Amino acid sequence: MTEAGLTMLNRTADSVARATPERLARKVRGISDKGLAWLFISPTILLLLAINIFPLFWAIYLSFTNYRANRPNEVVRNVGLANYKRILGDQDIWIAMQTTAHFVFWTILLQTLIGFTLAWLIDRKFRGHAFWTTIILVPMMLSPAVVGNFWRFLYEPQIGLFAYAISFVSGIPATQIGMLSNVSLAPWSIVIVDTWMWTPYVMLICLAGLRSIPEYIYEAAEVDRASNWRQFWSITLPMALPFIMLAVLFRGIENFKMFDMVNLLTGGGPGSTTEVASITLKRQAFESWRTGYSSAFAIILFVAVFGLANIYVKALNKVKQR
Amino acid sequence: MSLTTAHSVVAPSATSKLVAGTIIVAYALISIVPLLWIFATSFKTPPDSIAYPPKIVFQPSLEGYCNLFSTRTRQTPEYINSLGPATGLCDETVRKRNMVIAGPSNFMPRFVNSLIIAFGSTFCAVFLGTLSAYGFSRFKVPLADDLLFFILSTRMMPPIAVAIPIYLMYRELGLSDTALGMILLYTAVNVSLAVWLLKGFIDEIPREYEEAAMIDGYTRLQAFWRTVLPQATTGIAATAIFCLIFAWNEYAFAALLTSGTAQTAPPFIPTIIGEGGQDWPAVAAGTTIFLVPILVFTILLRKQLLRGITFGAVRK
Repeated sequence: MTEAGLTMLNRTADSVARATPERLARKVRGISDKGLAWLFISPTILLLLAINIFPLFWAIYLSFTNYRANRPNEVVRNVGLANYKRILGDQDIWIAMQTTAHFVFWTILLQTLIGFTLAWLIDRKFRGHAFWTTIILVPMMLSPAVVGNFWRFLYEPQIGLFAYAISFVSGIPATQIGMLSNVSLAPWSIVIVDTWMWTPYVMLICLAGLRSIPEYIYEAAEVDRASNWRQFWSITLPMALPFIMLAVLFRGIENFKMFDMVNLLTGGGPGSTTEVASITLKRQAFESWRTGYSSAFAIILFVAVFGLANIYVKALNKVKQR
Repeated sequence: MSLTTAHSVVAPSATSKLVAGTIIVAYALISIVPLLWIFATSFKTPPDSIAYPPKIVFQPSLEGYCNLFSTRTRQTPEYINSLGPATGLCDETVRKRNMVIAGPSNFMPRFVNSLIIAFGSTFCAVFLGTLSAYGFSRFKVPLADDLLFFILSTRMMPPIAVAIPIYLMYRELGLSDTALGMILLYTAVNVSLAVWLLKGFIDEIPREYEEAAMIDGYTRLQAFWRTVLPQATTGIAATAIFCLIFAWNEYAFAALLTSGTAQTAPPFIPTIIGEGGQDWPAVAAGTTIFLVPILVFTILLRKQLLRGITFGAVRK
């Protein structure tokens, strides 16, 4: 325990010792432990029921109707599973899911590779590593929407810094590097910004993993004359793996529901090349006002995230137990 | 030993430290360039900001900040000359472009909304989170594991999926486009994280202190207030920062559920436009002002933040 913690403890102990016993008063004012437990927990549960669970059930109900939020006076008809059937047969939805999969796969791959490498290097504890770690962390603290919006400026083909830097390095004229207008480059534009923002997060979790490996294991490996290469593959990587997998889980969930950065950077365009699932959902729900249809899509997305996350957590627990 | 461990992880060699340090510094510098560019752009004039090649050296100007805080109208030079002398720096800057300041822009009210909603929801989430975390940590709650998982799972829903029914519900209740509605929503989103983080912190405080206090005549509530809370302050601070960062940066709900009076800064900043497209110096100025509080928090509280992030990772 830290020194501050100790002094705090002493002070608490002092004030506890100085207090006069008021057994009678306690009996009158004291609430039973069980009562207190519910008093403490129920506000949170009530809030979550009101703001999270009730709306979820409402959305489930709406997903079986043809309700449109911009026509509140129209008679709501129960359409059964029609919305779900239409979604599963909708070509655009499948394209959006593929775009999402592409985005999630590449961002996680890049973030894990770069993030782990950075953590591995920082773990060398060179002089000033704490300062530079803080600098690296800055992008993940910022608003994806506000910063994503500014990346539009950096990506401008002629005046943008990104295009200028790329053309400086590669020799391709800056006017031809239209990251946001070129159909084949646009999906990468969102991957680059997301990787820039969230690699530090993966790095932090990996760093926690690397620091959790006890020193004596490496010492034992040294005694056995294991090469550095061997040490990395048989100690470092397997022992950091649960942490890497955790980082992948968190980023996977977040990027599956990615909305803000993409909405401001590309808005799903050009055409629908960067239209990830959340953008499709927004277009259906708040531009086409197909509330019932989009509710069904939202439920499918939620079940997909929830199901995939659960399967993944099971795999993660297996790795941890090894 | 020194021969064989020359470049092991047990004691990294000087060379490996140098190589690692160089790569890390290079990465840090490159990753910070977009932020420096935002900062630099906020001090450029509109023509400088869209010059080719991009200008690294330029004459600093406050035009971006003037444009951010004001709305302007274009006037004829004759009209501008007929006015009295310029009343301030911004007035002078704007007149050079044949414009006259018409009034304040919406940036200030939006920024104040962001402050109210972010701090209000953080306070509520941390307050509720501390109580629940203590409840889960100290008492036998029936179905505790299920409840905790339920609390966490509410975070897995895509924001747009939640936004559809919330939009309808708020429309019925008259909560759409109100600060209260946004505070309730952000509190609900943050409280799950707060409960999980704080439960970890409170679990670490030995029960013996409260028990000692209760033997001395404190009620459970007094023991919680006087012995547990003071020791949980670090954890509460770390949790509060996480909640604050989320609420401050949130965009999806704000963009869909607010449009006017309760709109926060994130959906407002991208809508700043000048004549003929986006006014990038003004956008950069707004972005800079918006990022400063978070940057200050990050730097001042980096130790607690590091603990919170890694801690959260280990717990979940």
